[in-house]
Amino acid sequence: MTDLKYRLAPASEMSRYCFPNNAVSGDASRCVCLIDSSTVEEINHIVHNGGLYKRPFNEAFEETPMLVAVLTYVGYGVLTLFGYLRDFMRQWKIEKCQNATEREEQKDFVPLYQDFENFYNRNLYMRIRDSWNRPICSVPGAKVDMMERVSHDYNWTFTYTGRVIKDIINMGSYNYLGFAQKTGACQEAAAKVLSQYGAGVCSTRQEMGNLDKHEELEKLVARFLGVESAMAYGMGFATNSMNIPALVGKGCLILSDELNHASLVLGARLSGATIRIFKHNNMQSLEKLLKDAIVHGQPRTRRPWKKILILVEGIYSMEGSIVRLPEVIALKKKYKSYLYLDEAHSIGALGPSGRGVVEYFGLNPEDVDVMMGTFTKSFGAAGGYIGGKKELIDYLRTYSHSAAYATSMSPPVVEQIITSVKCIMGEDGTNIGRARVQQLAENTRYFRRRLKEMGFIIYGNEDSPVVPLMLYMPAKIGAFGREMLKRNIGVVVVGFPATPIIESRARFCLSAAHTKEMLDTGGSVLATRTKQFCKYTWEQEEV
Amino acid sequence: ACKTEGILILWIIRLLFSKTYKLQERSDLTLKEKEELIEEWQPEPLVPPVPKDHPALNYNIVSGPPTHIITVNGKECINFASFNFLGLLNNEKVKSAAQASLKKYGVGTCGPRGFYGTFDVHLELEERLAKFMRTEEAIIYSYGFATIASAIPAYSKRGDIVFVDEAACFAIQKGLQASRSNIKLFKHNDMADLERLLKEQETEDQKNPRKARVTRRFIVVEGLYMNTGDICPLPELIKLKYKYKVRIFLEESLSFGVLGEHGRGITEHFGINIDDIDLISANMENSLASIGGFCCGRSFIIDHQRLSGQGYCFSASLPPLLAAAAIEALNIMEDSPDIFQTLRAKCERIHKALQGISGLKVVGESFSPALHLQLEESCGSRENDVKLLKRVVDYCMNSGIALTQARYLEKEEKCLPPPSIRVVITVEQTEQELDKAASLLKEAAQSVLN
Repeated sequence: MTDLKYRLAPASEMSRYCFPNNAVSGDASRCVCLIDSSTVEEINHIVHNGGLYKRPFNEAFEETPMLVAVLTYVGYGVLTLFGYLRDFMRQWKIEKCQNATEREEQKDFVPLYQDFENFYNRNLYMRIRDSWNRPICSVPGAKVDMMERVSHDYNWTFTYTGRVIKDIINMGSYNYLGFAQKTGACQEAAAKVLSQYGAGVCSTRQEMGNLDKHEELEKLVARFLGVESAMAYGMGFATNSMNIPALVGKGCLILSDELNHASLVLGARLSGATIRIFKHNNMQSLEKLLKDAIVHGQPRTRRPWKKILILVEGIYSMEGSIVRLPEVIALKKKYKSYLYLDEAHSIGALGPSGRGVVEYFGLNPEDVDVMMGTFTKSFGAAGGYIGGKKELIDYLRTYSHSAAYATSMSPPVVEQIITSVKCIMGEDGTNIGRARVQQLAENTRYFRRRLKEMGFIIYGNEDSPVVPLMLYMPAKIGAFGREMLKRNIGVVVVGFPATPIIESRARFCLSAAHTKEMLDTGGSVLATRTKQFCKYTWEQEEV
Repeated sequence: ACKTEGILILWIIRLLFSKTYKLQERSDLTLKEKEELIEEWQPEPLVPPVPKDHPALNYNIVSGPPTHIITVNGKECINFASFNFLGLLNNEKVKSAAQASLKKYGVGTCGPRGFYGTFDVHLELEERLAKFMRTEEAIIYSYGFATIASAIPAYSKRGDIVFVDEAACFAIQKGLQASRSNIKLFKHNDMADLERLLKEQETEDQKNPRKARVTRRFIVVEGLYMNTGDICPLPELIKLKYKYKVRIFLEESLSFGVLGEHGRGITEHFGINIDDIDLISANMENSLASIGGFCCGRSFIIDHQRLSGQGYCFSASLPPLLAAAAIEALNIMEDSPDIFQTLRAKCERIHKALQGISGLKVVGESFSPALHLQLEESCGSRENDVKLLKRVVDYCMNSGIALTQARYLEKEEKCLPPPSIRVVITVEQTEQELDKAASLLKEAAQSVLN
């Protein structure tokens, strides 16, 4: 490592993800930033407990420029005004109302939807609705074919022209290791199992739906993760929402990250435990909550908590940030709580051999009490798993809602997972798995560096294959998606309510299947067509 | 005017000088005391240990496909336990349609519906289901359980009222829990009890008409109940719907592809206009022998779930091969409507044959393909009942009939049904096999229970 210098960054540079480091600066209002003396442009916010990390942790969330924030609010204000105007015109029948309406016979029932609930839907979402739900008609690999659709009434209805737009560079699908393929070992194995077993199962795991294939899959997943035992479920969302209630209940405490996925939030709510939120990836906030919880006990009765469960994700898909796992584990051990790690996006995508965020940080998988993940993203299949100690998995086999009431996984899907896991582990006799993991890491670094050089504001960790590019203004959401599609690049754009209202973004999901040429094409399109309206960062100018 | 201002100023002065008074006496602990508390606190273990012989822990292992002839725990049996009502699990046409889809799309969709996860097969399946059920629109989910569990909270929120049958399945219960609405249970299939609850609500409404104008009401019932094997009295429910202005959500997982002349479910069975039901939800894991679920109804209702259905927006879409299998299964259902009559005849046959077994009673309608066999007299505790039924099931398994007990999460169910053996009838079972199963059950009951 080169000779590192410390520089105190002024308060104006602190983003909401900074936290003060009293020991070094002695000043609670300032963040400690690290500058590499050789290349001056990288400003990274260092970690409080740097000693726990065996590798550099570079995460940045640049502050929204003031002018941009103001203009974004103005933009939303204008849209809201127009929305009211449109609603007024619709009410007075000046403009045709395209909404579906209630039946005549049920007009005197209590209205099913409140008018205001749908205001955002009718007046803002509807105008840029063509950016989402784009129908495709080929395998969701690095290049994808899309069905062309047009709208003659401003996105209220779509008609398919019948034409297929071919070879769109796909930067929206979660295909991190490129296993979404229609040829190859995985597809052949799945085809064989499909002809032998059929597509469905028609029973639950506890009744007659436990096939030998499921047992094989679970043993393999446990070996892959390095845990004692594992259990697989048919849907990633349901894995969270049905198993968290089985683990915790009333009298327990759940500490959940601010930006956790909807499935974790739903699972926490259904469990009946008390939920407390800590600031995103902020270890100070988490430690404070833990201390307060143990010292003061349950609210009002002051009884001690039965258990404390910390819910975090490996990679947060909207921010591109990676959880500060070494610190979380240190805290968990100090305060005797349990850790539930949701590796939906990080399994297969991080770590030198694709084993997820635990391997990325060089930690012991046994330190994580409940390792959860999904098979949808890196394995090109569907479903979720939970791995951990044998007692935990035995308990889940008996008491999980999914085991008792939900149909088990489809056999060809199970075979796809088995083949892809073996490929990643190198047990199929080839080097393909290892090569893909490395290719993904290279693609990530390359693409992120290029976008930063061009002057876009990119959120998240340097090593995360999820790359959010900030757009901020509502009109740019639609424009960005459409411009990129015109040039045959498919991206995902997200706005409110998935993100805070002024932080709309475009999100690129990199894949091992993306070649350097594809990334270069993407980069050059961004540089030429969209740079004019998306270049926000002032960092280069300062230097 | 001067007087009121004077009083106001005096009041402000009083507030400024009065002692602030906290409701909670929070004595500030010293750092040392806090550290001691943290040291002392011991949490419960993450999970309690599960006894090795817990009935739900040791799964049956099925080697090979769970079709008509099934190999359970190494023994070949005739399958009376999988919900493969129309025998489509092993159908060659269905499998080849799924193979074609696998060759074109691979296995997974790598994204939710909103982000490049919408495939043309999904759109086709939704269109076909809507056409089959004769509704405006349909929406598909990638998991059967998540279908009704996401649909209910999309419409019913905190403060709304839901009247639900006691015997509703667990997925409905979870949907209701997620919705945070007021739940009112009425006795199973008891319309008088439901009317009583509706009348009570009406009197409540008259006390507070403003609140009543914004409180939505729903009735959630199943077409064919999984837990009891009987059907809901839909015509009476429709009458109650219009009388008390309540919307009906109908869960048709077991009745879709079973009841009705063409398999359209309980609305066809009773000859009711489908628009009278606000939402029909079903899973594709029984008759259609695929994976996933769907909701169908008018566009006004269904379209809302595309942005508010949690299991739809935040989860990856259904793998295309499973959607293609479902489309082909639907084709078969449309092309050969006589299978429903065949299935019904087989159900009637075994229902009659199972009558009169000493110690076991048959629970379920005569045309229901999913029956329960419960103990006529309980032996005292649920644990012992379960053990006894296990011996009956084992006896049958050893002699070539695969059965299973109905599994529940005992502590989580609102109204736990009594332990029972599940008997599932499919079109693939021959009359000899049905008779064999009935006589074997008689034998088993005789030897175990007497």
